Amino acid sequence: MKEDKNKPPNWPLRFFQWYCHPDYREDIEGDLVEMFKNRTEEKGVQQAKWGFTKDVLRLFRPGIIRPLEGYENLNHYGMIKSYFTIGWRNLMHNKGYSLINIGGLALGIATTLLIGLWVFDELSYDKHYANYNRIAGVLQHNTVDGTIETWSSQSFQLGPELRSNYGNYFEHVVMSSFPVSSILSHDEKTFVATGDFMEPEAPELLSLEMLHGTRDGLQDPTSILLSSSTAKKFFGDNDPIGEMLKIDNITDLKITGVYKDLPENDSFKSELFFIAHLDVWIKRSNRYLGWGNNWLQVFVKIAENVNMEQASKAIRDAKIKNLGEQEFGAGFDPKLFLHPMGKWHLYSHFENGINIGGHIDLVRRFGIIGVFVLLLACINFINLSTARSQRRAKEVGVRKVIGSARRQLIGQFLSESLLVVFMAFALGILLAWLFLPIFNEIANKHISIFWTSPSFWLLIIASLFLVVIISSSYPAFYLSSFKPIKALKGTFRLGRGYSVPRKMLVIVQFTVSIILIIGTGIVYQQIQFAKNRPIGYDLNGLLTIPIKTPEVKKNYKALRHDLLGSGLISEVSTSETTVTNLWWSDNGFQWKGKDPDMQDHLYRGAVSYEFGRTVGWKIKEGRDFSRDFLSDSSAMILNETAVRYMGLENPVGENIRAYGRNYTVIGVVEDMLTQSLYEPSKQTFFMLDPFNRANFINVKINPKSSASKALEELNTLFVKHNPETPFEYTFADDEFAEKFSFEERIGKLVGIFAILAIVISCLGLFGLASFMAEQRTKEIGIRKVIGASVFSLWSMLSKDFVSLVTLSAVISMPIAYYLMNGWLQEYEYRTEITWWIFAASGAGALAITLFTVSHQSIKAALANPIKSLRSE
Amino acid sequence: MSKHHLGEFEEIVMLTVAVLHDEAYGIAIIDEMEQRLNRKVSIGALQTVLRRLEKKGYLSSRFGEATKVRGGKRKRYFTLTSYGKKVLAEVKEQRIGLWNAIPKFVLGE
Repeated sequence: MKEDKNKPPNWPLRFFQWYCHPDYREDIEGDLVEMFKNRTEEKGVQQAKWGFTKDVLRLFRPGIIRPLEGYENLNHYGMIKSYFTIGWRNLMHNKGYSLINIGGLALGIATTLLIGLWVFDELSYDKHYANYNRIAGVLQHNTVDGTIETWSSQSFQLGPELRSNYGNYFEHVVMSSFPVSSILSHDEKTFVATGDFMEPEAPELLSLEMLHGTRDGLQDPTSILLSSSTAKKFFGDNDPIGEMLKIDNITDLKITGVYKDLPENDSFKSELFFIAHLDVWIKRSNRYLGWGNNWLQVFVKIAENVNMEQASKAIRDAKIKNLGEQEFGAGFDPKLFLHPMGKWHLYSHFENGINIGGHIDLVRRFGIIGVFVLLLACINFINLSTARSQRRAKEVGVRKVIGSARRQLIGQFLSESLLVVFMAFALGILLAWLFLPIFNEIANKHISIFWTSPSFWLLIIASLFLVVIISSSYPAFYLSSFKPIKALKGTFRLGRGYSVPRKMLVIVQFTVSIILIIGTGIVYQQIQFAKNRPIGYDLNGLLTIPIKTPEVKKNYKALRHDLLGSGLISEVSTSETTVTNLWWSDNGFQWKGKDPDMQDHLYRGAVSYEFGRTVGWKIKEGRDFSRDFLSDSSAMILNETAVRYMGLENPVGENIRAYGRNYTVIGVVEDMLTQSLYEPSKQTFFMLDPFNRANFINVKINPKSSASKALEELNTLFVKHNPETPFEYTFADDEFAEKFSFEERIGKLVGIFAILAIVISCLGLFGLASFMAEQRTKEIGIRKVIGASVFSLWSMLSKDFVSLVTLSAVISMPIAYYLMNGWLQEYEYRTEITWWIFAASGAGALAITLFTVSHQSIKAALANPIKSLRSE
Repeated sequence: MSKHHLGEFEEIVMLTVAVLHDEAYGIAIIDEMEQRLNRKVSIGALQTVLRRLEKKGYLSSRFGEATKVRGGKRKRYFTLTSYGKKVLAEVKEQRIGLWNAIPKFVLGE
């Protein structure tokens, strides 16, 4: 230790060693140390150290400081500089090759970057919430007909119950309506916005960022908070606090706050443009007050010292304890649990009571595709470098003879590829930036590149080095292994063994590409299959108008009369839900021959007399509703699935007991596609709306009149009868198309990735083919002289590649089948995987290969043999 | 007129190197100057001058032995080159010439 203490201070010494001219370093350092020792003896260590530092600083002057350049012989800068120079010359020398290499890699990088950004965006959902880990939604499992169903809706009593009896688990419990599209009006301005009706603690639970007002703003039962974009529509940049707003032309609410718009990657993004007090909603819906009515969402923030699992277990029976037998019927056993916010976006699917994932599957699939696309690009790089190795053999030989160690050669090749990869990254990032808007449109996202984020660049640099290592460690080791004597003598030939890894890599590339092509095919087949499903009603000229205000309901009859009178409209009716999305379901029905243990569950269409004629359903047995029969107020029409579900032999005339009344079945309709396209039709009954709950007006445009004229007339008449309500409508076929927009989006994305994969693979193949042809010029020349035909030369040169691609096709098929079969299992109503998609994909890949390779092989086969043979 | 110009400090350094003869390395030169001239010199100042003189060709240097006290670093010994000796001699001539040219009464002896 003592000796340590008497050493000159480290940092000044280092500094000196760094700046000092290398020629002087040794002796001056010696002088400094000697002086330090002398001073230590005379004046003590501290003084000596101080003196040493002063000396070092005084030595820092011209004459002692090393020159900036030219004296770097103690490191490898010069050598590395030369590596880059040589690398650059090599690139310039083979422009075509460089283009393929850099271009292919850049394409791969751009794709992977876009996918990476997408994945990041998906994974970042809701993470911005301050209490991300402590927020959850309360869901319930219910056993229906032997399978467990999972519902996100809860009864109105659950909130108070959780607060009073489970209060120690939760910091906040907030009940909320499901998103409601409402009409907001202030003075002359009227807009339609989607929002939730929530309890007062909602702003605190969601930790909303308030721009005006405070998070306490929702205390008053007639208060409303607006998102900043909604507020801007009404009041521009003015402070709207205290202004009054009318909602759905019924209730006046006072604006008590404005919160910042929610970010794009937020589960509430599409539904929270305003938050009104839950009371407003409850007052409107006072008809569902039983424990058995599920019609609200419940969100909680768990207390600080409680963990999610505990709380989730604790509330399991909160509902069943309060359910009376008569209220829900025997057999239902609602079990409550918490669904943490972290799982809302990515893990939202439940099957038989088990969370089986959801969106995360897609994220994983795309993530894997991204990695593979990059890998394909790296493989190109590996193959082209090793294929060209013979050209560099002489250089390697000379370098080795001069004295390069193998380590140095590896360093050389690594730095050369660093150059290429760097350029590819620059180009790739540029490409990603250029294509980002298109990508956003297809993926329905608002992703941007994090130009200013250091961690983004750090990640880019890390992946840059990763790509360098993946793509060039094999070529570097391989190239540097050449024996100098053989390489220089020119007797150096690549053995057969050397091309095996290359062939394997080509097979990997094409296997991945063909899998992607098959995948695209099957996704489209599934979409087509769903589109071709018989829908059971007529979408043409069918549109729906939401009934949002009381006046629309009141003036419906007059409106209908005028519309029919115009001659442009052929039928008008009302219904509780739209025909494209019939979601209301009920239970507790009785009929003759019902199994007493059966937990019945039927979907309900509450409609007006003319509904069937408006949507154009097809009656199979019996008759439609008719105003001619007074008894039709207790009539029911079943669909075919319902007839099967209830096990009725002769449905027409059967009695069904529902809602405490007796109903008679008067007809059976063909199954209609009223819910998901990918599930079988649901058992459904239609009745004349006994609750006066019409939410939509259905309008069928007269097929003989023009749609635009009819719409104009519709608009005029609607506004005439309902001056307070903005005219809104949706074409049923648009709403129907929404049902497969998600699948179509996936299809498009997978298709794009498949194209990119095949382009990258073909780029590599093109490069390989041209080198093969080049290598064999002499052979081809001799063959030609002896009499080989162009065709036989072409087939000789293409044969190798064709067999590789054929092999890839064979390998890819079972893998693709396995993967796509797994994907299709998610859909109950799914297409069969047909052999011809596999055949077509294989044949397609083969055709593309032949096309790519033929260009080179025909060129080589057509070349004048004299030219190739003369050159020696 | 001589084409060689020596600064005062350069001259002293060269003279000290000559005095030390074969033993002239950094620390020794500094010590010598301190003793004889009572003049504190920093390593920085000295080394710059030594290198400059070497570059001009007045001094030459060789590495000597490494000692433990120097942390294993070798000493660099400086010696006058013949060119350096000539320059020193010239400077001396000039000074003597100047001294001789001074009228006796000026210095009042």
